[in-house]
Amino acid sequence: MKRFAALLELLALTPSRNRKLEALVTYFRETPDPDRGFALAILTGALSFKNVKPAVLREVVTREVDPHLFGLSYDYVGDLGETIALIWPHHGHQEDLPGLTDLIELLDTTAKAKIPELIASLLTRAALNERWALVKLATGALRIGVSSRLAKTALAEFSGRDLQQIEEIWHGLTVPYTELFDWLEGRRERPDIAHEVRFHPLMLSNPIDEANDLPKLDPSDFVAEWKWDGIRVQLVLGQGPASLFSRTGDEIGGSFPDMVESVFGEAVLDGELLVGENLEPASFNDLQQRLNRKTASPKLIAEFPAFIRAYDMLFDGREDIRPLPWSARRKHLEAWLANNPQTRLDLSPVLPFAGWEELADLRRRGAAEQGHEGVMLKLRSSPYVPGRPKGLWYKWKRDPNVVDAVLMYAQRGHGRRSSFYSDYTFGVWKGNELVPIGKAYFGFTDEELRELDRWVRTHTTNSFGPVREVAKELVFEVAFDSAQVSGRHKSGVALRFPRINRIRWDKPAAEAATLADMQIFLEAT
Amino acid sequence: MSLLDRHLGIERIGVSIDPVRPVRRAIITHGHGDHARSGHGAVLATPDTIAIMKARYGEDCAGSFQALEYGTPLMIDDVEVTLFPAGHILGSAQVRLRHGGETVVDTGDYKRLPDATAQPFELVPCDTLVTEATFGLPVFQHPRPEAEVARLLKSVADNPTRAHLIGAYALGKAQRVMSLLRHAGYDRPIYLHGAMVELTRLYEARGIYLGPTRLAIEAGKGELAGEIVIAPPGALKDRWSRRLPDPVLATASGWMSIKQRARQSGVELPLVISDHADWNELRETVAETGANRIWVTHGREDALVYWCQQQGLEAEPLNLVGYDEGGEGGE
Repeated sequence: MKRFAALLELLALTPSRNRKLEALVTYFRETPDPDRGFALAILTGALSFKNVKPAVLREVVTREVDPHLFGLSYDYVGDLGETIALIWPHHGHQEDLPGLTDLIELLDTTAKAKIPELIASLLTRAALNERWALVKLATGALRIGVSSRLAKTALAEFSGRDLQQIEEIWHGLTVPYTELFDWLEGRRERPDIAHEVRFHPLMLSNPIDEANDLPKLDPSDFVAEWKWDGIRVQLVLGQGPASLFSRTGDEIGGSFPDMVESVFGEAVLDGELLVGENLEPASFNDLQQRLNRKTASPKLIAEFPAFIRAYDMLFDGREDIRPLPWSARRKHLEAWLANNPQTRLDLSPVLPFAGWEELADLRRRGAAEQGHEGVMLKLRSSPYVPGRPKGLWYKWKRDPNVVDAVLMYAQRGHGRRSSFYSDYTFGVWKGNELVPIGKAYFGFTDEELRELDRWVRTHTTNSFGPVREVAKELVFEVAFDSAQVSGRHKSGVALRFPRINRIRWDKPAAEAATLADMQIFLEAT
Repeated sequence: MSLLDRHLGIERIGVSIDPVRPVRRAIITHGHGDHARSGHGAVLATPDTIAIMKARYGEDCAGSFQALEYGTPLMIDDVEVTLFPAGHILGSAQVRLRHGGETVVDTGDYKRLPDATAQPFELVPCDTLVTEATFGLPVFQHPRPEAEVARLLKSVADNPTRAHLIGAYALGKAQRVMSLLRHAGYDRPIYLHGAMVELTRLYEARGIYLGPTRLAIEAGKGELAGEIVIAPPGALKDRWSRRLPDPVLATASGWMSIKQRARQSGVELPLVISDHADWNELRETVAETGANRIWVTHGREDALVYWCQQQGLEAEPLNLVGYDEGGEGGE
């Protein structure tokens, strides 16, 4: 545990990506199985304990620390794991904690009723940085600036294997990855992961630079499609039940049983998950009703039926067609759908256009009349290349809508921004009153954040727990993708993907937008 | 009405403690900028604090100075004023006021852990205690500074090609870090940012051993590999630090116990070395002074006030303006 805690601390505090990589490689090299495999699982978020939840940890701590003092501390620190590690009042003899593997087994196998006692005794035995690592490990919320991609890159570097090869089998592997390390260290062949449970890393697009990219590109080399406002998924169909993966490779089929149970055939498809009756996409708000749920109630399924709008095909049957050009893959996809007619799958249509002007016009009208997010451009000759290759796929998003809104409330942020007032609620005028229309946490630089934080502290008029109400004086130019009618906000409006475009230090609050000004955005969708 | 008002003014004798604006007569607890300001008419302080003020702001930064040794009562009209060591930095003092059977103590900034560069804290019994609360939350439990310095020395040994650049306030923290290094047996020259030099000389002139020092600016880039450099925290990221070979950025401060804070400021090696009392010291002090009324000043007042009230003490926050809420001031 000592070694793992030291690794986590180093990863959290080292800003340099190369040093993080170096630390990971050294750790994988020097740590025996299965410890290193468990560490890898923790770093990639693959480990969770059914009996250890943040609520249990809170309970353990508030038995020892006054809950009010704990609340003040958590608000100040902004990170649950860190708060617990720092506030734990009992510092024992610091006998060694169990090793990583034993510790994980303990957390895994201890009965629910005994977990609080176990955690309390571990916290007391641990040194400060081990307490921190322990809580991070137990809650699974690392927040140390290490992506699973970085961990896998370290594996590639450590072994000299190709990162792509690791990514391909990743989702079929099981913790603690002994077979993976055996292969990486040359003691066996690459694990043979069944095609059905594999996630195949997605091909991603780059935003287009209208001024510099478009003039260099020949419109006839490209196809265009609408940019669908759902979530990107990969559907893997084969002998067993269908697998549905999110763009990061998380299996999300459990939330969409209606979808997964109705599809059939054998293929790996790339597309957009949407909800709506009769394959008519409803708003992203509706889709959100079904996201992040472990199960879906029959009522929810009936109200928001899910479907996939497919736009690419990676495997036709068992044949890997990724090396084929887009146009050939599209033919495979169309033929496959014709042979396997489905109720929850359709095709993303190709948009006809002759030149960039015409497409620009289409994009504008699509946004204004149908609320489309923009268009996708795909090079006809491009193979399916995982990652974000340059020059093959582009997204051309609609111009953002902007509105001048007044800052109303600020709240301390979490993670990297803990202890800064970085979450802002803003509103527009309804008569003489401001009504909130949204909340944003980003769009500003670190320097601006410091200024905003200072402004909030010196303009607080009231505080409610962690939330500060501020003088209604500061105007934000807020950019957003679309506005929707919402029952959740007092204003009746909810913004999609709001971000702070500019801070209008210069603009008087009285000149900010009114609720009536928002109507125009509502009508567009 | 109390002897001391809520702005730390002693009305009956026309004196204020650590006033943020120029006044006719001031008692200054210690030399940090948010407590000692220039422009007062008359200043009463310890000899060390007066020396520090003169070094920082010039000989004539106040109309007149009166030095008062620790533990020596001074009658100002009918109020007895005595200074006691606060253990915060060299010359730092708590102020005890007595009048008509009432005793009030203002701790100023203080800490109770031993520190070879400051006169050790003395506990002063009183009826009313005005205490700081810079680290007034139970998450602040400072580790032993010797252990932090050991981590620093390990990092120096592990990274022989890199310089270690430590952000530390020029007054107090920088000298304490040097002293801790010397006590740990480190005898290499310590390289200083120019802003540190004068105050370091002042500490040495007052008998505090800090060992060999050099000006960082005079060292060639290659010379600083494997060495320790101390600079004000603000210099960590500015052009000044570019001269250093691949520096490990370290900061010595009580705030560094919060890793997220360290990350925000790009600190790779946080050293939890604080010149303020931590949560446990604050509570101990409140309890041991026997005070039944507690005023909590700059810092995280809420939690300490709440705790005092739980103990059945009368407690309230003094929301003094002018002290840096981020707490960077005294640290």
